[in-house]
Amino acid sequence: MSQLFEKSKKHWRAYKESMRKTRPFGSWIAKRLAAGAALALVLGLLPEGGRRGDAVAAAPLTIGFIYVGPKTDYGYNQAHAEGAAAVAKLPGVKIREEEMVPETVAVQKTMESMIHLDGATLLFPTSFGYFDPHILKEATKNKNVTFLHCGGLYQEGKHPTNVGSYFGYIDEAEYVSGIVAAMTTKSNKLGFIAAKPIPQVLRNINSYTLGARSVNPKVTTTVIFTGDWSMPVKEAEAANSLIDQGADVLTMHVDSPKVIVETAERRGVFVTGYHANQSALAPKGYLTGAEWNWAKVYTDYVHMIQNGQTYPHLLRGGLKEGFVKVSPYGKAVSAAARKKADAAKAKFMAGTMVVYKGPLKDNAGKIVIPAGTEEKQTDIALEKMDYLVEGVVGKTH
Amino acid sequence: MGIGVTIGALSPATEKSPEAEAQAAASAEGRRAARRRAIESVAIPLGAIAAALVVFGIFVALTGRNALAVYHEMYRGSFGTWFSFQNTLQRAAPIMLTALATAIPLRLGLVVLGGEGAMVLGGLAAAAIGIHLHSPFSVKLAMFVTGALVGGLWSAGAGALRAYRGVNETISTLLLNYIAIALLNHLVEGPLRDPASLNKPSTFPIGDDNMLGNLPGLDVHWGLGFGLIACLIAWFLMQRTTFGFSARMVGGNVRAALLNGLPVRRLIVVATFVGGLGAGLAGAVEVAAIHGNANAALVTGYGYTGVLVAFIAHANPLGVIPVALLLGGIGASGGLLQRVFELPDATVNVLQGVIFIAILFSDSLCGRRWRRLPARAVTE
Repeated sequence: MSQLFEKSKKHWRAYKESMRKTRPFGSWIAKRLAAGAALALVLGLLPEGGRRGDAVAAAPLTIGFIYVGPKTDYGYNQAHAEGAAAVAKLPGVKIREEEMVPETVAVQKTMESMIHLDGATLLFPTSFGYFDPHILKEATKNKNVTFLHCGGLYQEGKHPTNVGSYFGYIDEAEYVSGIVAAMTTKSNKLGFIAAKPIPQVLRNINSYTLGARSVNPKVTTTVIFTGDWSMPVKEAEAANSLIDQGADVLTMHVDSPKVIVETAERRGVFVTGYHANQSALAPKGYLTGAEWNWAKVYTDYVHMIQNGQTYPHLLRGGLKEGFVKVSPYGKAVSAAARKKADAAKAKFMAGTMVVYKGPLKDNAGKIVIPAGTEEKQTDIALEKMDYLVEGVVGKTH
Repeated sequence: MGIGVTIGALSPATEKSPEAEAQAAASAEGRRAARRRAIESVAIPLGAIAAALVVFGIFVALTGRNALAVYHEMYRGSFGTWFSFQNTLQRAAPIMLTALATAIPLRLGLVVLGGEGAMVLGGLAAAAIGIHLHSPFSVKLAMFVTGALVGGLWSAGAGALRAYRGVNETISTLLLNYIAIALLNHLVEGPLRDPASLNKPSTFPIGDDNMLGNLPGLDVHWGLGFGLIACLIAWFLMQRTTFGFSARMVGGNVRAALLNGLPVRRLIVVATFVGGLGAGLAGAVEVAAIHGNANAALVTGYGYTGVLVAFIAHANPLGVIPVALLLGGIGASGGLLQRVFELPDATVNVLQGVIFIAILFSDSLCGRRWRRLPARAVTE
């Protein structure tokens, strides 16, 4: 108890110290009264109340990270939090993190709160849905703050210039994972649990299947859409259902793969991960996985901003650029599988691999990419993908 | 509950007859009781909040943080700066509207959890109307009217099932929420989808001209104004009209209401409809003031927060306002606790839970005699 008391006292002193350093407390009454008086006098003409951000310009670069789910979800948000942790180690940087921020006015207020109360001048609101309208609105309101968003949605001339957007070609790592899955399966049935049939998700399913069928044409991928990004109960049901149908390797595109990975391990089947490394959850069955490598992207961005360089408003990359990575192979991955997967990885690293090239049929037999056509990673047509390739069992609607 | 007071206040105390004196005494007694109730209704919840803060302070201290520092930061994040205060107001606004969906039927003794569904469909309907009309003024008006009506009808559906088919309204409204969300997802991913909304399926945008602006001088959108006005109207409706009196009578004793010839079934349907109007309007405001289109982000949980607010406010539409502000303030300060003290996100939920349990528990203290009972009562 006395230890706790001491700790608490120490904490209070440290807190007072930090308050003294960042902004003098006590001026708020004056500010509010002044703001109130001004409000009464020039109703409607008052600019938004005191900008505290300006006062702490000389302080270290304060960076805010905002997550839509828990930081320890073994998935989307954890991948970003790992990037944030890498940034926190840089000199001259202070980070502030907030998790479980929904894609409503709440995220606008969190951004404003980070700007006004924490003095943040660089924000990483990491959820895809934060961009329009939330980031766009805040970026227009706070011209001196930089907003970097995960999703690759920036459009030159249309969006504010203090906004950037980045994304990774994670389907390259899915392609490699698909190869490992196809080399490991006995039943030739893979199971894919996905949130929504949107282009980004379809591309992962298709790349996974194309990778798998590049080494074993008998393989099929059965897809179940759960309807939303975080549906743990439905995800567990889908995993069990796929295993009951004979799938012996599962993978997913949901925010937190935890439930699916654990279910696969318990049922004794294999699994390839997504977003982050989930091998700790399935020491036996975890083959490999498609992971983000935000640590590289974020530290690069912070270096550029600290050195006063202009940063690219639209930044994309795959395995070669270090934006994404493949989890280290698990014990169950055979030497032959490693060889095939490493060969594909080497082609991606060399920039010679093209995943989407004609002739390519969708799973209804329609040609979606005619013979002789290659759609490289940067091809805009891939951003509008609305089909599932041959070998996928499932429907986009 | 107001009847005794009114009779006491209306009684003429000019003549000095024994009856008049007795009446005067009763009137004084009535006034005292009213005063005591008024004091209790403020002091007891405040005391409960204070007690809850002590309990939460111990919880915080056990994590090794200084509770005073945490409270200071919470205050700074919710009311302590002009920005923070506006943040609180902004967060409180939609909850005021969704709380009405539960608060009004609660007066009739109905536990309705359908604010979420009514809000989602109200927002969807508003967007669907907004993208098909032009000329800013009529578009805005049409959006709010449609949104509110759709929310009201959705809610009244559950009310009608209750009134005419005896379906438990708590279960039906809860399940209808899931249906409403499924309907939203189906329509924005299918028939109403803007093909350009690739990875975030949404309806077409309603257009910048049709967006709802901020209140003058504030960085808070008009939803706050709607919320305050709606709460005032709802209060007037429930406290000062025949409809409100009948509704409260149904809540007090449904048999007595039936024996007095009140149209109980119709009252149930109307009350759920009126409540749903608020939640539907909240959805329309979300679309018009924030998103500019309808998509899955309309599923905010405001409907469920509204249930909490309605119960804490004792289903009093005026009480909804301060409770919504309290919740808005807790929401506004929650982020700072994460950022400054690295406390987990669930910390504010713990505080919210502790405060609400304390307030609900403190209800049992209301109307207690604090002094010893008179001798007659004791000897009986």
